[in-house]
Amino acid sequence: MRTAVSELDMTSASSLDEALRALRDEKRTPIAGATDLYVALNFGTLEQRKFLDIWAVDELRNISERGDMLVLGALATYTSMIRSPLVVKRLPMLVEAARQVGGAQIQNRGTIGGNIANGSPAGDSLPVLAAADAVVVLRSADAERRVPITEYYTSYRASVMRPDELIVAVEIPPVEGKQWFRKVGTRAAQAISKIVVAGVRSAEPRISFGSVAPTVMRVPLTERALASGAGIDEAVRVLAQEIAPIDDIRSTAEYRLRVATNLLRRFWTETA
Amino acid sequence: MPAVGNSVARKDGIGKATGAAKYADDITFPGMLFGRTIRSTIPRGRIRSIRFDFDTAGFTIVDYRDVPATNAVDLMAQDQPFLVETEVRHMAEPILLLAHEDREKLNAASVEIDYDEEEPLFDPERSTQVFKSIDIVKGNVSAAIENADVIVEGTYRTGHQEHIYIEPNGVIAVPEDGGITIHGSVQCPFYVIKALRCLLGSAHPNVRVIQTETGGGFGGKEEYPSMIAGHAVMLAIKSGRPVKIIYDRVEDMVATTKRHPAIVRHRTGLTRDGRLVAMDIDVLMDGGAYVTLSPTVLSRGCIHAAGPYRCDDIRIQGRTVFTNTPPNGAFRGFGAPQTEFAVEVHMDRIAEQLGIDPVELRRINALRPGDRTATGQTLRDDCSAHMVLEEAIKRTDFSRKRKEYKGTNRTIGLALFYHGAGFTGAGERNLKSKARLELTPTGVRIATGSTEIGQGTRTMHAQIVTDALGIPYEDVEVAQPDTSKVADSGPTVASRTCMVVGKILEECAHEMKEKLGGLTPAEYYKRSGPFTVERMYEPPDWIQWDDKTYLGDAYATYGWGCDVVELELDPDTYEVRPLKVTAVQEFGRPIHPALARGQIEGGTAQGMGYALLERVVMRNGVMANSTLTNYTIPTTLDMPEMDIVMLENPYPGGPFGAKGLGELPMDGPAPAVVNALRHMGLDIREIPATPELIANCVARA
Repeated sequence: MRTAVSELDMTSASSLDEALRALRDEKRTPIAGATDLYVALNFGTLEQRKFLDIWAVDELRNISERGDMLVLGALATYTSMIRSPLVVKRLPMLVEAARQVGGAQIQNRGTIGGNIANGSPAGDSLPVLAAADAVVVLRSADAERRVPITEYYTSYRASVMRPDELIVAVEIPPVEGKQWFRKVGTRAAQAISKIVVAGVRSAEPRISFGSVAPTVMRVPLTERALASGAGIDEAVRVLAQEIAPIDDIRSTAEYRLRVATNLLRRFWTETA
Repeated sequence: MPAVGNSVARKDGIGKATGAAKYADDITFPGMLFGRTIRSTIPRGRIRSIRFDFDTAGFTIVDYRDVPATNAVDLMAQDQPFLVETEVRHMAEPILLLAHEDREKLNAASVEIDYDEEEPLFDPERSTQVFKSIDIVKGNVSAAIENADVIVEGTYRTGHQEHIYIEPNGVIAVPEDGGITIHGSVQCPFYVIKALRCLLGSAHPNVRVIQTETGGGFGGKEEYPSMIAGHAVMLAIKSGRPVKIIYDRVEDMVATTKRHPAIVRHRTGLTRDGRLVAMDIDVLMDGGAYVTLSPTVLSRGCIHAAGPYRCDDIRIQGRTVFTNTPPNGAFRGFGAPQTEFAVEVHMDRIAEQLGIDPVELRRINALRPGDRTATGQTLRDDCSAHMVLEEAIKRTDFSRKRKEYKGTNRTIGLALFYHGAGFTGAGERNLKSKARLELTPTGVRIATGSTEIGQGTRTMHAQIVTDALGIPYEDVEVAQPDTSKVADSGPTVASRTCMVVGKILEECAHEMKEKLGGLTPAEYYKRSGPFTVERMYEPPDWIQWDDKTYLGDAYATYGWGCDVVELELDPDTYEVRPLKVTAVQEFGRPIHPALARGQIEGGTAQGMGYALLERVVMRNGVMANSTLTNYTIPTTLDMPEMDIVMLENPYPGGPFGAKGLGELPMDGPAPAVVNALRHMGLDIREIPATPELIANCVARA
């Protein structure tokens, strides 16, 4: 049963200051592209009642370089990332992930900040950010702090972000090594991930999985095994111990485990 | 240039392309309220209490006590209530109806219902409540199987499938002129009339149903609209105002019918060189919580269960049973996709066990004119099993590819299938369908109850009348189905709209032509005024059918098909990527080649979804993945190139030789896909063959 929208309370902000004041004073859930929100709305499972629309806060839309950091404004859409020469050059695995999110309409509305804030373990950009050692920039009316994406989530759809804070940007340090991305959805397009992997091949490989745990996860033990030269067979064995996926309406634990190990091998061969 | 056989402009094309066409939710009436259905949240139990947690002022509230006459949807049995009285039999069962002029207030209204819950039954194999059983006996299976060289057994399973018509179910009930009119997205306006007569009784004799432009049906709008129409009507009677009920996608997926899940067991005896000597088949279908149309779905499923093969000794036992799940219902193919999946996968397992090429096995056993089917029907010259098989083999270079792909991650498989057109057995005779042609000042008007649901009814009927009457296509108009103005031509189901209703129209046109005596309709009208011609369907006189023994001529004719699927398996993710589907189908003669091709393409895509993607996840007796996000139908990227081949073998009883086509394409893709996977060494016996299922199969291998 669709949620009654007249019961919902929404205001909008057109500047960052305005948005941060509203979050401090009124306890609202920020929304931008609202692509995930509409799914919950149509399914009748929307819990929040008070929203702040930040779509018009243009200062959060930039994609730029600051020092050696690639900085993605929180409102950078998938389309803008796909089209950004900076992203194409520095983080091609993010372009690949963005291309596989929904269809054109979703790519035009969905934002990187929204993908982080929604916190779905199936979020397609999250393994890329984790493998790239991205840092989430959180700002409140009084302060700003930086949290590595790998420390951002505390449990299923829960994070360290306080209600008065807003994700304003993601900072990505230079990524050395070959990047690799693979999404396994429920069909060839317009699908939610059953498993998603991003990897960076370097002397210290970085590998991250989505949809195999309550949050996006790096696999440090597996990474260490590969870095130590233990070989892919040993790394696969370690990975099978390191992740503990579950059954849900889209797939099974058994499948996810098996495919995760297959994709680890594929990553290793294709980036050799 | 004749209209028949040419892809003339669709009668409904401009309206749909420009957005001028009006669907149920586009239509409003002064003072109209919106209706909402409050549904059960348990699969089985009794209602203890109902509490309204909202200000009820301004709401119209209806429960079972407001039923004017009979609280039962009048289908094959009268067991399904419009509104639950005390006993809940499935999740999302309608209990209360609310109406309000503000959709938002309606959505916000909260009703709490307390239940005494009982232990639900979800497993059809454990159900002892049988809605219908069928026993088809040809020859003597137990004796014949004793003499077989080889016996092959197997169990095959198919899951639910959801229709995903683009427009969800919806109707508007309008009180007017001492009666009630329903405007709605329906396949069968006269079914709704029948249901409303039963619901309303003699107090409300004047009911009328008008079909609004309909965004797809696939069987999903065959019986369910009777339920929704009944709900809207009760709210309209109580409030005295028009009431619109439109389901959103989630409600539509959770509450309305789906394809019956089935478990089919085969025990087959053969000679060592591959001739079928005995087929013992058991069919079990999960009917859900009420009878609805399950007996006829079971019937068609059983009749098609032995596949397009000849065998002197066949026994087919079927039953459809109760479970505490929403009732399953009509869906394109109507039982046959389930049983033809089973027999076609079984045939490839037989080929494997005997070491015979699967094409050769089919060549040995496929039906030919003069052969007798499982029900003892002697096939006529319009039997084309071998024709479609040979064409498909040749066109796809099947045997070479079969060898070439062996041992790679690419594979190829086929399925041979058939589908009976029209109602089963004496069904068409009992139905007494009528069609009418009306002379107008400018031409003629077709007045039938056949609905356009995207498949091309209006266009195809107009083509038939055009050529039979010898007038321009533009001079033929097609009336909107309005039960007060058109003839009851039977339901728009069972691949009968072209073959049966089209045939009556052809005969009406011949009669009209004779009356016109060489004048054009306009000339005649000017001289003598209007007249109408109405005729009733006469099935071929040779049809003999015994409903008790299930023996005789099950269908006047059959469409025949052979699908070949080539695909690739991703070794890492076990995802199946179809590379090409070749669909060779014979259905008499295409009246409108582009529309016919569309039917085959669409049915093939729906079949590919059934085979690979479409998994209804049931949790506690209700669909848990009831969104288009999580119930995945094929996108264009999931569908490969399709080579559609339309072969002709006219059926003398159909208009211009046409048979039925709508359902045939649904029967082939699933077994062809699974047979292709078998050629890779994957022993799959159920659908959907998801990557998860394939991964398990690989792990076992």
